[in-house]
Amino acid sequence: MEFGRISRRHLLQGGAALTLGTAFGAGAARAAGTTIGFVYVGSRDDYGYNQAHAQGAAALKKMPGLKVIEEEKVPETDAVEKTIESMINLDGASLLFPTSFGYYNPHVIKMAKKFPKLRFEHCGGLWSEKDPTNAGSYFGYIDEAQYISGIVAGYSTKSGKLGFVAAKPIPQVLRNINAFTLGAKLANPKATTQVIFTGDWSMPVKEAEATNSLIDQGVDVLTCHVDGPKTMVENAARRGAMVCGYHVNQSPLAPKAYLTGAEWNWEALYPKFVKMIAAGESIPNFYRGGLKEEIVKCSPYGEAVSAEARKHADDIKAKLVAGTYTIFKGPIMDNKGNAVITAGTDRGQTDPELEKMNYLVEGVLGATS
Amino acid sequence: MSDGSLGLWTVPLAVFGGAIRVSTPFLFVSLGECITERSGRINLGLEGTLVMGAMSAYGISYLSGSPWLGVLAAGIAGAMLGALHAGICSLPRVNDIAVGIALMLFGTGLAFYLGKPLIEPTAARLPAIDFGWWSDVPQVRAALRINVLFLIGLALAPILYWAFKTTRWGLLIRTAGESSDAARAMGYSVLAIRLRATMVGGFLSGIGGSFLSLFYPGSWNEGLSSGQGITAVALVIFARWDPMLCLWASLAFGGAAALGPALQSVGVTSGYHLFNAAPYILTLAIMIITCSPKRTLTGAPAELSITR
Repeated sequence: MEFGRISRRHLLQGGAALTLGTAFGAGAARAAGTTIGFVYVGSRDDYGYNQAHAQGAAALKKMPGLKVIEEEKVPETDAVEKTIESMINLDGASLLFPTSFGYYNPHVIKMAKKFPKLRFEHCGGLWSEKDPTNAGSYFGYIDEAQYISGIVAGYSTKSGKLGFVAAKPIPQVLRNINAFTLGAKLANPKATTQVIFTGDWSMPVKEAEATNSLIDQGVDVLTCHVDGPKTMVENAARRGAMVCGYHVNQSPLAPKAYLTGAEWNWEALYPKFVKMIAAGESIPNFYRGGLKEEIVKCSPYGEAVSAEARKHADDIKAKLVAGTYTIFKGPIMDNKGNAVITAGTDRGQTDPELEKMNYLVEGVLGATS
Repeated sequence: MSDGSLGLWTVPLAVFGGAIRVSTPFLFVSLGECITERSGRINLGLEGTLVMGAMSAYGISYLSGSPWLGVLAAGIAGAMLGALHAGICSLPRVNDIAVGIALMLFGTGLAFYLGKPLIEPTAARLPAIDFGWWSDVPQVRAALRINVLFLIGLALAPILYWAFKTTRWGLLIRTAGESSDAARAMGYSVLAIRLRATMVGGFLSGIGGSFLSLFYPGSWNEGLSSGQGITAVALVIFARWDPMLCLWASLAFGGAAALGPALQSVGVTSGYHLFNAAPYILTLAIMIITCSPKRTLTGAPAELSITR
């Protein structure tokens, strides 16, 4: 049985390689007639992470000659390999966007080795020299936008207590919490951020409970890093607290309570990638960027944001866009009193050390484990 | 205290508030399942019914502008799924547990499919009654903003307890559950009784779902239930098929769900995964303490496929 399965798959693969050979082979104008496959870990309209990617995919659908196929709710297991293989073998996809962090190692690497002529663009992974060259990892420094949100939150809080509803203590989440807190301290040096981890990416009841607990503790501005911020935004607004959004613009959910938010800008990046391929350029395997590269953006300010906050936030934003500002600039202490970035050390955005972050900075109430 | 925070008092308050906020879906599903199981059938599909109820309530409330119409729609959707379960189980040699699992997948799948366009819009919510008017502490006031559905559930538990004990309908359901031969000998159709009991169970579970989408957490998304329906079915066994015990168990599960986030908010940060697992640890502990290999569970209807 095992033998039968493998031989069938290889047969399909051989057939696909033949068709791809002709479609993908020579010439620069490859983008026309290309099929692009998107894989999402959750529902593609979650008002959050997956929706942001789906908006990017929708931008590609508008471009002529492209066919976009999508599959949602694919778990971070070998299920993603099956999805990718069927997108390649059955739909003829030649460019793939597996968009969830946990897809990368080992699944995307394995697929990239198996289909060396196709291109894999993974969101969030850390591409290294030993990985296949037809795989790439891209991500946005959304902590820059969180830093701006932090500044606005720091000016807007009356109690000096900010709240952060987080899913899991992984580096990307910790970096957002830390950037938000550092931004808030710029505006209000006494501000603290209370963090609550819910344990998973989509736990609406836990997220609502966390929101209520934070507000009970006197927190009056909240933000989050979960897949669908809708629950937090709506429940916080109902309790009269203010919110900073995440992933996409949630201001329609709570127009009065919404201050600003950290958003992805995939609808700018994905067409750019496709144009690069069409022009015969190669996309860097390790692709990163922030506000300057327009991979992330900030939501427009809500009406509750003061002129002072707007001015300060706009000022820092301009410096970040110009590339003359460092968020993680030493000395930075963690909340246990250890110096995590020593005085005189500037950890610029591209510093890979920041992608291994495992601490919470001073001013954050909470622990990583 | 002067800065408006309650310090450590947040934890008991959050557990109390959580018991009220989080328990309602547990309560409705477990009371519904209690009726169904007392008639001699297990409907494991209530997870699907809960999700379907949440989706249809949100959809109808959004389209009509009336949340109460949404609650009704959720109940009807639940009753229809219940009728489907009972209908299939009426056929000879059909296993009710297998049908339940199939309906669980069917209900969630159908709800996700129909609910796609409902994730972004905001529907009219159910109103809350302010029972905290006497307090000037905002946290207490927030915890005491109680939804009518919770009060209905609170009243329903003793009513069901009384109905099982003293009414003719209660006796019929119990007879069908304890001995189908006896019910048949009395001239009643066991299948008809079970059909009605499963439909009522589905109706209540659907309403439980409407609470999730229309009150707390209060919007439709696909992770909304995260297994609460199936937990509530297990809760019925845990509560020994007694509506009053279902009430206490639901409150305990609601309170336990609030424990993890509340402890983190006051700075107890170690082992939050363990606190998040508190409801399940509680269930396991009670199951181990009360189970015995020498006898079947007390209170278990004799006709249930798990006890027979």
